[in-house]
Amino acid sequence: MFSFVARRILATVPVLLIVAVLVFLLLRLTPGDPAAILAGDAANTEQIARIRASLGLDRPILAQFGIWFGNLLQGDLGESFYYKTKVATLIAQRLEPTLSLAALTISIAVLVAVPLGILAAWRFGGWLDRALMGFSVLGFSVPVFVLAYILIWLVSLKLGWLPVQGYQRLADGPGPWLYHLALPSITLSVLYIALIARVTRASVMDALGEDYIRTARAKGLPEVRVLVRHALANAAVPIVTVIGIGLALLIGGVVVTESVYAIPGLGRLTVDAVLARDFPTVQGLILFFSFIYVLVNLLVDLSYVFLDPRIRY
Amino acid sequence: MRIGAGVIAAMVLVAIAAPWLGTVDPSLFDAGSRDLLPGKSGQITTLEGETLQHTFLMGSDSYGRDIYSRVIYGTRVSLVVGIATALLALAVGIVCGLSAGYLRWLDGILMRFMDGIMAIPAILVAIALVALWRGSIVTVVAAIAIPEIPRVTRLVRSLVLTIREEPYVEAAIALGTPTWKILFGHILPNCVAPLLVQGTFTCAFAILVEAVLSFLGVGLPPDIPTWGNIMAEGRAQFVSFPHNVFFPGIFLAVTVLAVNMLGDGLRDTLDPKMAKRI
Repeated sequence: MFSFVARRILATVPVLLIVAVLVFLLLRLTPGDPAAILAGDAANTEQIARIRASLGLDRPILAQFGIWFGNLLQGDLGESFYYKTKVATLIAQRLEPTLSLAALTISIAVLVAVPLGILAAWRFGGWLDRALMGFSVLGFSVPVFVLAYILIWLVSLKLGWLPVQGYQRLADGPGPWLYHLALPSITLSVLYIALIARVTRASVMDALGEDYIRTARAKGLPEVRVLVRHALANAAVPIVTVIGIGLALLIGGVVVTESVYAIPGLGRLTVDAVLARDFPTVQGLILFFSFIYVLVNLLVDLSYVFLDPRIRY
Repeated sequence: MRIGAGVIAAMVLVAIAAPWLGTVDPSLFDAGSRDLLPGKSGQITTLEGETLQHTFLMGSDSYGRDIYSRVIYGTRVSLVVGIATALLALAVGIVCGLSAGYLRWLDGILMRFMDGIMAIPAILVAIALVALWRGSIVTVVAAIAIPEIPRVTRLVRSLVLTIREEPYVEAAIALGTPTWKILFGHILPNCVAPLLVQGTFTCAFAILVEAVLSFLGVGLPPDIPTWGNIMAEGRAQFVSFPHNVFFPGIFLAVTVLAVNMLGDGLRDTLDPKMAKRI
């Protein structure tokens, strides 16, 4: 089993390497002088030359990559032009709001979507099934920020239940933290719920058609046990897979949601950095998000071993 | 599927017929007609300097521009970006997928490369590319198409891997048919159905991402009205004048929904086996 884990971890290394190369080339391959782009529109030739020298842009490209990658492995993501601090520091500062939002969103999504999916599959063709499918297509189609504004208008402005914007740190108390995060996480979770519920329903439906379900029911097991211990357990692999893949959508959604709800997290940082043309920060953030995405999918792959002992690479 | 197709057809008609639908030039404004509620009528100044009386069907924004006109003209942008992105992603994806599936030496490198692109969340790729290349229709289309290309490539590659074992391909090879002819004349026509479905989903994704990019301020130049733009400019007054945000939002949601429904319907029709799964 260890060899499986080790092999799986090793398999992510080429992907991460390619991501690093792509991100590195992102800036170098654009038309125009990278130093000029980094310096911005208002720089003069001296400043451009200085930037070029300080970043080693006058060295051959492989040497540049070597230096950049070496820094990367030590955790140095470069320095932001706009904020004048290390990118790694910026990310660490803004991590908590984004992490809170993501954790809450994923929890809500899984806790709502999986039971709904199971119920829809159980009562296939019934009103719940059709309602869920309809909701699922809607959830995919209504963009996150449109939904955000609808919910803000409804819940914050008309009903006054939750605040419109802002974020409170967890250290200041779980009450205000939840109060401010409730609406953003619900907004973001709708998309995730649509995705997970759909896959859960399809997967559980497949599982319910199997012989062992018939056996379990014939044995006289209570239906709940049949659904959870037998159907869900066998349906788990695609569900967990889609949770991992959906993380990419979640990251995109986080960028928009933080923008709408004025949460000072990594998503907002991305938008601000892009608007300020702060490329070191943008590069660092892309690397960070990709790394998290690859890591989560690695964990998903490794979880297969526990979910389905038949899977062996 | 028919509903989806119907709605999209209506949108296309709206986009083409924009100048005749009771709209004015979307960039026209009048300081005296700011923040009007939907249905109110007010004045608008044309480029020649004359003042017209105009009913603001969807209200006006903080500059006094007619939201209705901007939303209708925004339809054009969204549809163009959606279709262009889908076509570009399909074209490049097909070429890559065919090559990867048929030419074994290319398979490993190309798929690793695609895995790398897929590892980066799509919206981040699009944002980064548009930030680097500066916004214009071409760069936005390319920036949104690039994250979708690996998906199409994977699809085509998996289809090619199955189809290339078919007897008729073997026969074609035996007859000495050149490779490109086999790829485009025999293999590709058998991939059309799933590609069509993927194309519609790519179109929906593109419309969505373009709106997100414009909303965040990193999309097309601000003088072109797009639904995302209108919402971004209207968000400051959202609390008092929600119509700025709601009307383009509704159009956006309905369009993406229609394209998604079309894609679902196409998939159910063209391949009943796939309908049972996701």
